[in-house]
Amino acid sequence: MPPMLYNLRKPAYWTFHYALIAIYVAVALFPLFWMFKVSVTPNQLLYTEGVRLWPSSTTATHYLSVIEHTDFPLFFRNSVIVSGLTSLFTTLVAAGTGYSFSRFVYRGKLWIVGLLLVTQMFPLVMIIAPIFKLFAPLGLTNSLLGLIIIYTTYNVPFAAFLMQSFFDAVPKELEEAAMIDGATRFGALRRIILPLTLPGIAATLGFVFTAAWSELLFALMLNSSTQATTFPVGLLSFVSKFSVDFGQMTAAGVLALLPVCIFFFLIQRHLVQGLTAGAVKG
Amino acid sequence: MVAMTKKTPAVGSRGFDLASVLEPWVYVSPALLLIGAIMLVPLGIGISYAFRDIVLLNPFSGGFVGLAHFVEIWNDPNFWNALSNTLEWTVASVLLQFVFGLILALLLNQPFRGRMVVQALVFIPWAVPSFLSGLNWAWLFNPVAGPLPHWFVAFGVMAKPDNILSDPVHAIWGPIAANVWWGIPFYAITLLASLQSIPLEIYEAAEIDGAGPLRRFWSITLPFLAPTIAITLLLRAVWIANAADLIVVMTRGGPADSTQILASYIFTQAFQRLDFGYASALATVLLLLLLAYSVIVVFVRQLLIRTD
Repeated sequence: MPPMLYNLRKPAYWTFHYALIAIYVAVALFPLFWMFKVSVTPNQLLYTEGVRLWPSSTTATHYLSVIEHTDFPLFFRNSVIVSGLTSLFTTLVAAGTGYSFSRFVYRGKLWIVGLLLVTQMFPLVMIIAPIFKLFAPLGLTNSLLGLIIIYTTYNVPFAAFLMQSFFDAVPKELEEAAMIDGATRFGALRRIILPLTLPGIAATLGFVFTAAWSELLFALMLNSSTQATTFPVGLLSFVSKFSVDFGQMTAAGVLALLPVCIFFFLIQRHLVQGLTAGAVKG
Repeated sequence: MVAMTKKTPAVGSRGFDLASVLEPWVYVSPALLLIGAIMLVPLGIGISYAFRDIVLLNPFSGGFVGLAHFVEIWNDPNFWNALSNTLEWTVASVLLQFVFGLILALLLNQPFRGRMVVQALVFIPWAVPSFLSGLNWAWLFNPVAGPLPHWFVAFGVMAKPDNILSDPVHAIWGPIAANVWWGIPFYAITLLASLQSIPLEIYEAAEIDGAGPLRRFWSITLPFLAPTIAITLLLRAVWIANAADLIVVMTRGGPADSTQILASYIFTQAFQRLDFGYASALATVLLLLLLAYSVIVVFVRQLLIRTD
């Protein structure tokens, strides 16, 4: 079964294998562990205990003061709204595009695929200034709606390819049979294909949610009012203002991580499957 | 896939059914509308800004300046500095992500106990928002809150526990470390997928012919992975060259512009100096450089496929 290190089924090899795996796991988790550790360390111990792996006593005060005395709950709410609606709209639009790529042959399809690929190439910074100029008169700066529109557009190309790979995995015979039985194409899509691609839709939702949750530059450029500030921008301005309060900064960081980690754990397998399906074909 | 459109709705006696021709376009039209309005129109405007004098909040700006911005760029030492930093940042990040990602993919391609758990754990950095990965690493490099400077001293790499991010010579390695940590899972996932698509019979045949593990890696695994490697290198390099957020979060281009890459320089010009004209000219130059690079990589990929 193991393809290339076939004749190395020896204890020495496996010790080496597991040692490397252990290093990878440690490196992947250590920064996050450290952030969590600093967030529960009382301030006075931070300076005296230096690089200890775990403080001699822990505290939740940093979390409490972040939640009670800062605007982070508002930022959190804003980010949830923006990321939630963005993932919803993106998945809808991308499902249409992916379905069209997967089930139809038409003139111009290759051009659209090319267009979507090209949009992944050009520098985002290129359009920040024009977007600002276009959005300001429409009242879309300092507004969550403006961010939702931009994030949706930005995530559609990748999400469309992802959705296409999920649609491709559903045999066409299923909907053909339904249509012979008198269902319309849309009816077949709704009643047969969508239920079968639900895991893929969940993966796309989660992926886009994470991407929207992480976006910093547009949010920084377009929004200056506290009312429309998202979590990344709030965290960044907090860091530049109170850059010595490591306890509160790391506590806010851990809070920012929670929703995406939950999402990621739920969808991790489907996402890897989707990417695998795409890579195997392409 | 091919027969679908022709078979289904064209039941009517007319040879040409408008509805069935339009149907695929109905499904793609929302995406096309969004991309047209929110990406292509601003892109066109952005390119036109490159030839105009656009400074936000300055009512006298807006005139046509021809190639003046591009002449200014040519004579701008900050541009050349940012360009060479972009090269260092992109090449180092992409290569390190790729090498560590390939090793991880090879490790995960062997069945072993607990593989699914390990896979979920090592992919976690990918879920971390990139700004948070930047902050997290900035904290790790901080001598007050983080262990890294103290470890560097213990290993004799540093004389005293200083913050690498405030050292003009080495500061760029801070964002690179954050970027590599964050990007390894992407390579591991895509390479793992192509590894699993290599037919096992080829390995068996090679083994019967007496090829050792290293020889099999060079003659079977690498050639099979080559197209995936080329396309991921292309996409990642373009993406990393464009990604300003890690730099903005960790160093803001400093100290003394030693970590300023083109993308973060453009962002600073637009965001802090509100000089949209100059920022757009810089972005146009970056766009042209990336396009030239992409054409070269696609060409190389074609060559690789043809020689198979």
